[in-house]
Amino acid sequence: MTNLEKYAKAFVDSFDVDTAALPTCSYQSVAVWDSIGHMALMALLEETFGIMLETEDIIDFSSFEKGKEILRKYSVEL
Amino acid sequence: MWNFSSYPERVAAVCDTGDSITYGRLTSFADTIRSAVPDRQLVFCLCSNTLGSLAGYTSFLHNRIVPFLLGSGLDKAFLDRLTETYRPSYFWVPQELQSSFRDASQTCFPALVCEYGYALLKTPFTPPFPLHDDLALLLTTSGSTGSPNLVRQSYENLAANTASIVECLEITEHERPITTLPMEYTYGLSIINSHLAAGATVLLTAKALMQKEFWSFFKDQRATSFGGVPYTYEMLKRLRFFGMALPSLKTMTQAGGKLSPELHREFAEFAHASGRRFFIMYGQTEATARMSYLPHKQSLEKCGSIGIAIPGGEFSLIDGQGNVVTEPDTIGELVYKGRNVTLGYAESGDDLIKGDENGYILATGDIAKRDVDGFYYIVGRKKRFIKIFGNRVNLDDAERLIQSTFPGLECACAGRDDHMTVFITDADRATAVKRFLSSKTGINPAAFAVTPLQAIPKNNAGKTLYAKLETSICGR
Repeated sequence: MTNLEKYAKAFVDSFDVDTAALPTCSYQSVAVWDSIGHMALMALLEETFGIMLETEDIIDFSSFEKGKEILRKYSVEL
Repeated sequence: MWNFSSYPERVAAVCDTGDSITYGRLTSFADTIRSAVPDRQLVFCLCSNTLGSLAGYTSFLHNRIVPFLLGSGLDKAFLDRLTETYRPSYFWVPQELQSSFRDASQTCFPALVCEYGYALLKTPFTPPFPLHDDLALLLTTSGSTGSPNLVRQSYENLAANTASIVECLEITEHERPITTLPMEYTYGLSIINSHLAAGATVLLTAKALMQKEFWSFFKDQRATSFGGVPYTYEMLKRLRFFGMALPSLKTMTQAGGKLSPELHREFAEFAHASGRRFFIMYGQTEATARMSYLPHKQSLEKCGSIGIAIPGGEFSLIDGQGNVVTEPDTIGELVYKGRNVTLGYAESGDDLIKGDENGYILATGDIAKRDVDGFYYIVGRKKRFIKIFGNRVNLDDAERLIQSTFPGLECACAGRDDHMTVFITDADRATAVKRFLSSKTGINPAAFAVTPLQAIPKNNAGKTLYAKLETSICGR
């Protein structure tokens, strides 16, 4: 699986959403992406890529697209 | 409970939109409401952490109009059921939701007042149910799994609990608490009530801890305190809260369920090391909001304890034979006595005329012990419910709800706080059950695990053997 596929899978697993809907997926655009869903997603991404996200990045992680930018800072090539 | 007219120029609340309201404006808005609602009636308030929601609530209480506080995002079917049961004379709702309130002929309910983004709608429901003179406020006890059971709170209840909280947390007019909990949730509401009583400034935000906007509002408005349920503290830890620069923060309170001893210790240590105060508290909607507090200076020494009764309250422990437990470190049901013990429940509109049924005494349903120094520790529960993200969820109600939606499906609900496990006998329906529970309760599906089993373990009488199920969860 490529990193992008792994990244997408984390969203699908956390939020039970369709892959097709991911590009427009953002905080609270699906009911499941609330604080609790956010925490689950962050935990899954940290585990998947073996990284530790900083506070600033956790609270800035507001959409599928924004998240890609953030992960690049942790040398995760997407 | 409040005396807004003694500090009219002070700011009562600031909202994350930048708008604010003074205590003087709250008083004059109460007059506006009074001229629209001439007599004592029931109002359904669809709450949010906004100025409109707050101004409506304080005005209703001030005018002895009885508000029933509900979340503005409440499941529509549940709201309809409550509406049918209690026939409110008015709704106080966010203006953007106004058009969804219509009569049988699809005509919108007329709006009598529109201010601060909220609208007061007159309903055509008659006749209204008579209201008891002592009845001040109605709240639900749980999410939407239960029956439309409400807790009836009196003016005396609210005043007593508010005064106790102000006293034990030493709340002054200089406080600036930021909202982290919904206003319709008893603990969230008690933070608002107690700070308004002290003439402080409440910082209202609908943003969540995991959002950047929450923290910018926190810093810009120099928040001094917040409250949280156990899950809030788990999230804060994940956010690496201990490393955040929050110079204005002075006090943290925790209630709404038992914090793990590890998290209790970590936050208590953090508070001690950084010169802040960390209070563990314990409460129930049936006791207005709060019954105990662990003084912050003892938060480390008495780790895992809910502390002592709040000023004006009193605890006792009752054993299985109905006798008072006097020995230390011996378990019994925790019983609370105080003027904040609410009048009782309402299950139908006819119950709103009822007076006090509890005589200021509440059997909490929690099993506790007391140490030699008089500090209490919760060790279990008598009834089959768990708390999910601070919300009480009755496991038997959850089972009934699943069975009525999935006819023929055998199921049993068990689990611990924040983690419900649903055992079913048909693996193909696991996803559907999980989705259903989440959408019905409005609780994130992360809280529900659905586990297929060959058969639900039962005894000869057909009763589910929950102890066996619990073992199977732990064995995982």
